[in-house]
Amino acid sequence: MIARLKTLAAAAVLAAALGIGGGAGNAVAATGSAEIPSRDWSFDGVFGAFDRAALQRGFQVYQEVCASCHALSYVAYRHLDALGYNEAEIKAIAAAAEVEDGPNDEGEMFMRPGKPSDRFVSPFPNEQAARAANGGAYPPDLALIVKARANGANYAHALLVGYVDAPADVKIPDGMYYNASFPGHQIAMPQPLNADGVEYGDGTPASIAQQAEDVVTFLAWASEPEMEERKTAGVMVILFLLVFTGLLYASKRKIWADVH
Amino acid sequence: MAAKFDNAIVRWIDHRLPIFSFMHHELHEYPTPKNLSYWWNFGSLAGIALVIMIVTGITLAMHYTPHVDYAFDSVERIMRDVNYGWLIRYLHTNGGSFFFIVVYIHIFRGMYYGSYKAPRELLWMLGVVILLLMMATAFMGYVLPWGQMSFWGATVITNLFSAIPVVGQSIVTWLWGGFSVDNATLNRFYSLHYLLPFVIVGVVILHMVALHRFGSNNPLGVDVKSAKDQIPFHPYYTIKDAFGLGVFLIFFSAFVFFAPNYLGHPDNYIQANPLVTPAHIVPEWYFLPFYAVLRAVPDKLGGVLLMFGSIAVLFILPWLDRSPVRSGQFRPIFKIFFWIIVLDSVLLTYLGGKPAEGGYVIAARFATAYYFMHFLIILPALSIFETPKPLPKSISEPVIGGGGGFAGATAAPKENVR
Repeated sequence: MIARLKTLAAAAVLAAALGIGGGAGNAVAATGSAEIPSRDWSFDGVFGAFDRAALQRGFQVYQEVCASCHALSYVAYRHLDALGYNEAEIKAIAAAAEVEDGPNDEGEMFMRPGKPSDRFVSPFPNEQAARAANGGAYPPDLALIVKARANGANYAHALLVGYVDAPADVKIPDGMYYNASFPGHQIAMPQPLNADGVEYGDGTPASIAQQAEDVVTFLAWASEPEMEERKTAGVMVILFLLVFTGLLYASKRKIWADVH
Repeated sequence: MAAKFDNAIVRWIDHRLPIFSFMHHELHEYPTPKNLSYWWNFGSLAGIALVIMIVTGITLAMHYTPHVDYAFDSVERIMRDVNYGWLIRYLHTNGGSFFFIVVYIHIFRGMYYGSYKAPRELLWMLGVVILLLMMATAFMGYVLPWGQMSFWGATVITNLFSAIPVVGQSIVTWLWGGFSVDNATLNRFYSLHYLLPFVIVGVVILHMVALHRFGSNNPLGVDVKSAKDQIPFHPYYTIKDAFGLGVFLIFFSAFVFFAPNYLGHPDNYIQANPLVTPAHIVPEWYFLPFYAVLRAVPDKLGGVLLMFGSIAVLFILPWLDRSPVRSGQFRPIFKIFFWIIVLDSVLLTYLGGKPAEGGYVIAARFATAYYFMHFLIILPALSIFETPKPLPKSISEPVIGGGGGFAGATAAPKENVR
């Protein structure tokens, strides 16, 4: 019995070693730059869930600050019900956007107010237009940004609060900015967040760190809108499997009792 | 030997098409050594992993678009808009990793217990063919989401063939269906990624036929001597495999539901861009040991040959290890070298994930040299110089004079001795 458990434990350790070996290798190879501090996020951990108020504040920051340059192309207005908005509010948010549609019966493309089924309207029609308007730099689509960076949420937060004065010996060319957390420290995006740059409806003081935390929470949701459903299902699945596997083990013991 | 069935319809069919007799014979009464440890669970687990991959894969194929302009978007659509699409995709991506974990453990089990030795050489070689097919399938599957690592991984690996003298570049062009990894490449990889799993199923069937010819090896490595040594597969090993499956699913679910991207690479959530090369191109973890071998050699052709050689050497393993004793339990020196080659493989995995520079490359060279030394020098030498411990007379009588040499990974047989 004990020997068998030992065997199982050995198998588990081997599996874990293989997993960690791979994961760690990948993570290290990914950025290899400034130290990114770890923060506590509402959505961390097995039972983690997005803080709804932070999501709505973060959406506001995205709309008022980021959206002028950064697309959010995989998110549709109807997805915003996950943030706690009701149907009327979502219709109003969508209607504020101008969506190109068509061609109509005359063969012309035309503009119309957005509908909940539309995806977020991108600020630029294509990458070239985005680059032309931003001094040659391309503001990345933010719909997957938290998943597309190693240690994504912590990194995005560190980047947003990472605008500090460049050390004396670092020369930053015109049109570029110094950022303590960006790989290479030279970034084309000017400091996007400013204290009280947005006015929160719920009265939360809009410090830079607060805005960064809120918008990163929103972007984490945009990257993994399924996360809460996934974790809830996962808890049920694991609980079921523990009980079921326990029953299987008991059955195995009973069936094998007569093997000599 | 036709079995007796209660159901008249089953009898009627079985008389004309003996599938029920076949299943009864191969899955129910199939005589199996009674001392198999939990390390023997990984064969059936691999089969189940293959089924999980095929079922989730076929479902994903219903929603995926194999085109450079739409592939990445269609994967995101699966993640966001298809009902439980995120679950199906995470089962598939993590399923690939777990399939490899299970198969690697299965291979190391075969190596420790000498499961490749006569009369199971073809069984072993078919297993190596399955591994090769799995690697090809996994590689092409990883290209399909058309992220940055998909694209650059495909570029690096297909470019390996350019190392072949004279015709190398033509072969690469032929593989790509053009002059770079592009839409034609994506389309053929999709087609082959759908095809190869069914080829794997075919080879798995051959693997099963070869297995059932002589039955499973066992932790003692001695042949079955009498019916006393065996128990029917059902219910003993069906329930044992079911329990093992339960444990496997707990680990698997932990990754699928709580760390679905842990084994992946963040860069693959950036759409493929032929104009931007990622800082470090790393394959999935299960290719890292081979990647380390590839990069350990300064010469491109040499690296490619050595990488394929690291698998080719497994093909001839039954003829490299000439020791008549199967189980590592009775081979005191082999046992030590077995664990060293396990550690060496883990080390190569680690080094494959590191940048190819400085100490990492030197370490990878030593680890690669040792890998080949193990198979080509140590194993043949051990067959000559090692004195194995006395073997038990049979599975039912494992302990003979003195005994006490079982403090290995499998103490299971002890428990069965009353």
